[in-house]
Amino acid sequence: MNAREHTLADYARSAVTLPGAGVPWLARARRSALERFVASGYPDTHDEEWKYTSVAAIEKQAFRAASHRDGDLAAAASLVDQLALGPGAGHLLVFVDGRHCPSLSVPGRLPAGAHMTSIGEEFETAPESLEAYFADDDQETIFAALNTVFMADGAYLHLARGVVVEQPVHLLFIATQDGAAGAIISPRNLIVAEEGAQATVIEHYVGTDGAPYLTNALTRISAAANASLTHYKLQQEGAQAFHVAGIHARQAQGSRLSSHSTTLGAVLTRNDISTAFTAPGCEATLDGLYLVGGRQHVDNHTRIDHGAPHGTSHEFYRGVLDGRSRAVFNGKVLVHPGAQKTNAHQANHNLLLSRDAEIDSKPQLEIYADDVKCTHGATIGQLDDNQLFYLRARGVSETMARSLLVHAFAHDVVERIRVAALRSRLEQILFSRLPQGERIRALA
Amino acid sequence: MTATANRLAELMDREYPHGFVSDVAADTVPRGLSEETVRLISARKNEPAFMLEWRLKAFRHWLTMSEPKWSTARYPAVDYQDIIYYSAPKSMQDRPQSLADVDPELLRTYEKLGVPLKEREMLAGVAIDAVFDSVSVGTTFKDKLAELGIIFGSFSDAVREHPDLVQQYLGSVVPYADNFFAALNAAVFSDGSFCYIPPGVRCPMELSTYFRINARDTGQFERTLIIADAGAYVSYLEGCTAPMRDENQLHAAVVELVALDHARIKYSTVQNWYPGDKDGKGGIYNFVTKRGECRGAGSHISWTQVETGSAITWKYPSCILRGDDSIGEFHSVALTNNRQQADTGSKMIHIGRNTKSTIVSKGISAGHGQNAYRGLVKILKSAEGARNYSQCDSLLLGDQCAAHTFPYIEVKNPTARVEHEASTSRIGEDQLFYCQQRGISVEDAVSMIVNGFCKEVFKELPMEFAVEAQKLMSVSLEGSVG
Repeated sequence: MNAREHTLADYARSAVTLPGAGVPWLARARRSALERFVASGYPDTHDEEWKYTSVAAIEKQAFRAASHRDGDLAAAASLVDQLALGPGAGHLLVFVDGRHCPSLSVPGRLPAGAHMTSIGEEFETAPESLEAYFADDDQETIFAALNTVFMADGAYLHLARGVVVEQPVHLLFIATQDGAAGAIISPRNLIVAEEGAQATVIEHYVGTDGAPYLTNALTRISAAANASLTHYKLQQEGAQAFHVAGIHARQAQGSRLSSHSTTLGAVLTRNDISTAFTAPGCEATLDGLYLVGGRQHVDNHTRIDHGAPHGTSHEFYRGVLDGRSRAVFNGKVLVHPGAQKTNAHQANHNLLLSRDAEIDSKPQLEIYADDVKCTHGATIGQLDDNQLFYLRARGVSETMARSLLVHAFAHDVVERIRVAALRSRLEQILFSRLPQGERIRALA
Repeated sequence: MTATANRLAELMDREYPHGFVSDVAADTVPRGLSEETVRLISARKNEPAFMLEWRLKAFRHWLTMSEPKWSTARYPAVDYQDIIYYSAPKSMQDRPQSLADVDPELLRTYEKLGVPLKEREMLAGVAIDAVFDSVSVGTTFKDKLAELGIIFGSFSDAVREHPDLVQQYLGSVVPYADNFFAALNAAVFSDGSFCYIPPGVRCPMELSTYFRINARDTGQFERTLIIADAGAYVSYLEGCTAPMRDENQLHAAVVELVALDHARIKYSTVQNWYPGDKDGKGGIYNFVTKRGECRGAGSHISWTQVETGSAITWKYPSCILRGDDSIGEFHSVALTNNRQQADTGSKMIHIGRNTKSTIVSKGISAGHGQNAYRGLVKILKSAEGARNYSQCDSLLLGDQCAAHTFPYIEVKNPTARVEHEASTSRIGEDQLFYCQQRGISVEDAVSMIVNGFCKEVFKELPMEFAVEAQKLMSVSLEGSVG
């Protein structure tokens, strides 16, 4: 059975269990996405967008849509205890193996006008307002189509005009040993901020190392005029997991989006992060950090569409590669005709710590307007010998000196995180990964 | 005939915009491409058997390939069966008889560029009198070069006189199966230049198409092969700043450079073929494969190019840095005005230890011009201590033009250091204001600023070329300001 037949059969089997089965527009969206998937199948490396990332391993695994059985809730509960930002800090929604788990969630008190629920529930109770956000977009990857076919649950956050959610919204996606093994988990999130609304959302993926599974997530963000959204993504999937995710935003006049994506887990990760400026004066910041080793493969594709004048974008991605890991960075900045006074800056820096690590970087500018300032830069290298020498000359051991320099390199991205609890969590992870990291922490 | 074929026939048959006669001379092979055409070309040129075999292999492989589609360049489909693949040089009667018959627009351009009168005639394809026959000029230089053991002449001559060298190096850098246009070129190339510099010899002069015998009418499928043996040095100039007369719409040339131990090759190009009119009608498609291999330790290849002509330029002069400590360089200025499209850049493949490469690319877009930098820096596992620095700057003049950057960076060795920088901007109002305040006209100011923007590349050109290139920039930019 090839991938297309497998997916068709899987859909036929699981369609009835998917939420919103009785909503005609949703069924249409799923069908059209299914048709798109069946027409093209999984991409191969001849596809420019997938030149450096082969998904043959995903195809070979023939994952099945996650079933509706419950995973190990006790294990999930203990994870929630470890991973929640802390009592009273934020609004926690927990999803276990792709389904909302109300018993573990602590939504807390949201201000009036902020509506937070599971998307599955929203499909059942009030699907009419959602249609515009769920059409299959053929500009998005084939995995986005696959997500539309199988999406079962996820978070829905709607902010009415002017609503400000002070505390971060923490979306925790847990893949359990039994519930996730051999499955595609298809979380689907929707964040809609009306005019002037503000919120911070943390999308957090964790999994167990036991068996392979695929998380195929898709998050759509809509920021109305002068809205301000901050999105953090922390990916700590299991060691055998595959993680493919899209974050696609549309921004209206004067809106601000800040996206911060950290990749630590999974054997194969592909992130497609994009934002489109549909009106003047938008601003976007895309930051990213990937710390990988072993045989991990991480691919970050970003795209910023400057579709209107006076837009500003900043992009800052850094990677540290150890073992036989491989990283791919593709940063596309498109300045459309008429998007004058655009300011776009992009930087991608990579540190190779091992002889067998590999990096493929492709910053990309496409510019169709003249009154713009666009720059990009990419660097790839190992630790600077002079810096190492400086530290060694001052009696710092080689291991310690290397750790210090790697820490400094990664810290430049970590320090951009504004949620203190998340920042210290990442610092902690960073220290734990570095040899003699605890000693550096003591110094810091 | 299909609609596209019709359209092509129309394009092909259209009167040459500069008013040249385009009657087909008698000594041609029939339109179209088949194994028979390839055999015929080879037979006409009295080639040895190995050449025919190689051409046929290339042709058979070409049949299995399809035209690449990944470029940002857009152009109507080319009908490969509607091209005359071999045409003997034109007789004197077919040419314009004097400069009076030449399009005044072209003459004005020569005037601005300060091209000497005699050269104007040659460039415009005027039947040249015996005194200024390039053959005689060429022969003088050829004797001098022969004394040093330098072989420099047409490809056809080289195939006949030095078949062993040709057989050894032909296709060793750009194999016939390399890409669609390289395969086509290998099958049907008509002529080109061949150059061999023996060990330890420093070529005393800039070798250039100016002095080259058979330089004219080499046709649209040109092939150049330059070999610098151990410790040799050569500087080679291709093209010239004045617009060249040319009837062929598709140009698919191949240039191969081989540098052995500690040899150095400096290859400079100034390309100013007919770019088509203001609305983008006509103009040359310049689809070229250029590649050099630093085969020996410490060898050095540098490419310098100034691209202002052609409707579409599509080329990536590249270096394979195989020898340890070898160096590759690429310096480019590409200007697109009106409806021109340029997709150019470089590939640097680092294989040897401590190999170094530099890429400096300056793109200027004006009018509706489309300018793309596309480059690859690849550091293989074996390339210990490799170093690359790339810089791509784009300058935009006018709000209808476009500039793109597609750098690919692939690193498989942690000791490598790779840096890439790109910027895109336009000429600042304050810069213009500053110049105007001091009594410099807008047009002059733009030309000055553009020349400053390109200076880094121009300084790599041989001196007389650099001066011409500067003038060329101002002429090519005319009408793009204000």
